[in-house]
Amino acid sequence: MTAAADTGAVAAPKAESKAAQTAIDRVGVPGWLQAMPFGLVFLFFFVIPLILVVIVSFWDYNDYAMLPSFTTRSYTETFEGCLTQFPDLCTILKTYLSTAKFCFIVWLTTLLIGFTIAYFLAFYVRTVTMQMVLFLVCTIPFWTSNVIRMISWIPLLGRNGLVNLALERAHIVDKPVEWLLYSPFSVGLAFTHLFTFFMVVPIFNSMMRIDKRLIEAAYDSGASGWQTLWNLIVPLSKPGIVIGSIFVVTIVMGDFITFDVMGGEQIASAGKVVETRLNALQFPPAAANAVILLAVTLLIIVGLNRIVDVRKEL
Amino acid sequence: MGEDRSTAFYCLAAFFALFVLFLYGPMIVIFILSFQGPTGGLTFPLNGLSFHWFERLWHGGGIVDISDAFKRSLALGFVVMILTVLLSLTAGLAFRKRFRGSDLLFYVAVASLIVPSIVTSLGIALEFRLLDDFLKNHAPAWIAGDLKTTMGTFTSGLGAHLTWTLPFGLLVMFAIFNRFDGRYEEAARDLGATPWQTLRYVVLPIILPSVIGVGLFGFTLSWDEIARSSQAMGEHNTLPMELQALTTTVTTPEIYALGTATTGVSFGVIALALVAITLIRARQARFGSDAGQA
Repeated sequence: MTAAADTGAVAAPKAESKAAQTAIDRVGVPGWLQAMPFGLVFLFFFVIPLILVVIVSFWDYNDYAMLPSFTTRSYTETFEGCLTQFPDLCTILKTYLSTAKFCFIVWLTTLLIGFTIAYFLAFYVRTVTMQMVLFLVCTIPFWTSNVIRMISWIPLLGRNGLVNLALERAHIVDKPVEWLLYSPFSVGLAFTHLFTFFMVVPIFNSMMRIDKRLIEAAYDSGASGWQTLWNLIVPLSKPGIVIGSIFVVTIVMGDFITFDVMGGEQIASAGKVVETRLNALQFPPAAANAVILLAVTLLIIVGLNRIVDVRKEL
Repeated sequence: MGEDRSTAFYCLAAFFALFVLFLYGPMIVIFILSFQGPTGGLTFPLNGLSFHWFERLWHGGGIVDISDAFKRSLALGFVVMILTVLLSLTAGLAFRKRFRGSDLLFYVAVASLIVPSIVTSLGIALEFRLLDDFLKNHAPAWIAGDLKTTMGTFTSGLGAHLTWTLPFGLLVMFAIFNRFDGRYEEAARDLGATPWQTLRYVVLPIILPSVIGVGLFGFTLSWDEIARSSQAMGEHNTLPMELQALTTTVTTPEIYALGTATTGVSFGVIALALVAITLIRARQARFGSDAGQA
């Protein structure tokens, strides 16, 4: 099939008439019934669990069990010292601040790399086949295990790893560099390695929708490459950028595995606070921390959503 | 853009090449190191080449018994794959019609991708714990008697995985039906096909390659999932959870061998899906109508 036929097929159903829609509506099993199994999964394994998290966060607990009586103990304990120690930061605020710092750095690196890659694929690769092949090359690692992609840095960054070996051979350093692995650096690196995918895909998708004639028009009007990029491509890619940003920021915010494996269990994070409480089987405080994490995450999304209406762009 | 390959092109192409190296380089390194000789360590140099660490892995001689976790993850991935395809397909069909609550359902599915996995996992764990308590106290003796927990790979674990795979499945279905030409269905209806016949003989054969893609999503996402599984699997860990636990304890290339084996399964499944998709596309091209084609 030619590229032209492909785009023709994409454009056709957009013009589906109102009558055709009514025809689809009337045919066969009603929609709500068809969507029921899908909906029930989310009711039982997502909606009810989330409600339970909120409820249990207000429960009391002892060493053995949770006690179903209302208390704000889990919250007051979590924020313990936040007022008395002021202006010094209490543990929970420090943790969130540190997690937010990681979020920002990872967001910036994945955005810059992801945008550049998508830009190259969308505007500089000439044939559709080549575009798809290169796009697949970028996405295949996403289908493999994150843990394996994390541990694959060990032989490179470790004390006797390839990077240190090269640095020593080149006499740039005398003894192995320690901050390469199990450090904030390796955590940030692993995040970038794992999640640039989430930037490339939506930004590439947005860029592919940009009418190429606009770029020709900009070129004909005498815009330089940079002007076209900044005034045309960046604004039109905004939906993709925002969707990618939401993914990356929420993943880093709630992560505990990457922080664990790449940080050598030394770096605190918002997600890890929940996990630590869970490992101690303290469910109400874990739930309270989960609610706080959820609230912060939602605030970020609402903020990003103000920039662009995500629903409209899907 | 420009007629000739510009400097910008070569800069960007070089950047792309570096990015691909960044993506694949480290993985290739551990694949190589997993064939480390028996005396070799976690880093270079290679002390000979051997299958030593794979053998140890296979016979369970070294670390904890991986084969159970391997089979469990494979079985779970398979069930998740089937359910993801079935439920995403029915939901995808449903979203083409208008029904009450479709907006809400869409938002819930997307929210499931965005809510931190640890929160969802904790919620599912709480749900099953409370269910356990309830059953132990209120259920008739033949249930409550030997009940230890309702949590398990195919109850809470399966549910946790579906909250991760189904939103992806639904989004792919949206993409499929956005470019689906409704005139094929109209034609089928005009020729007297029942709704089921239309689906079975017209819609499904056309979208089959993409549906296989949904299945691929379902399996690989489940096969590699940890964050949601962490609290919801009950007493038996899945393979990636075992692998994560091993990162802190194992100091031999055995862990690379496990990594290579796990990735091998992922790549095998991807290859299988791609072959299936190619075969179906070829079949479609051979038997498809040439109407309207130049």
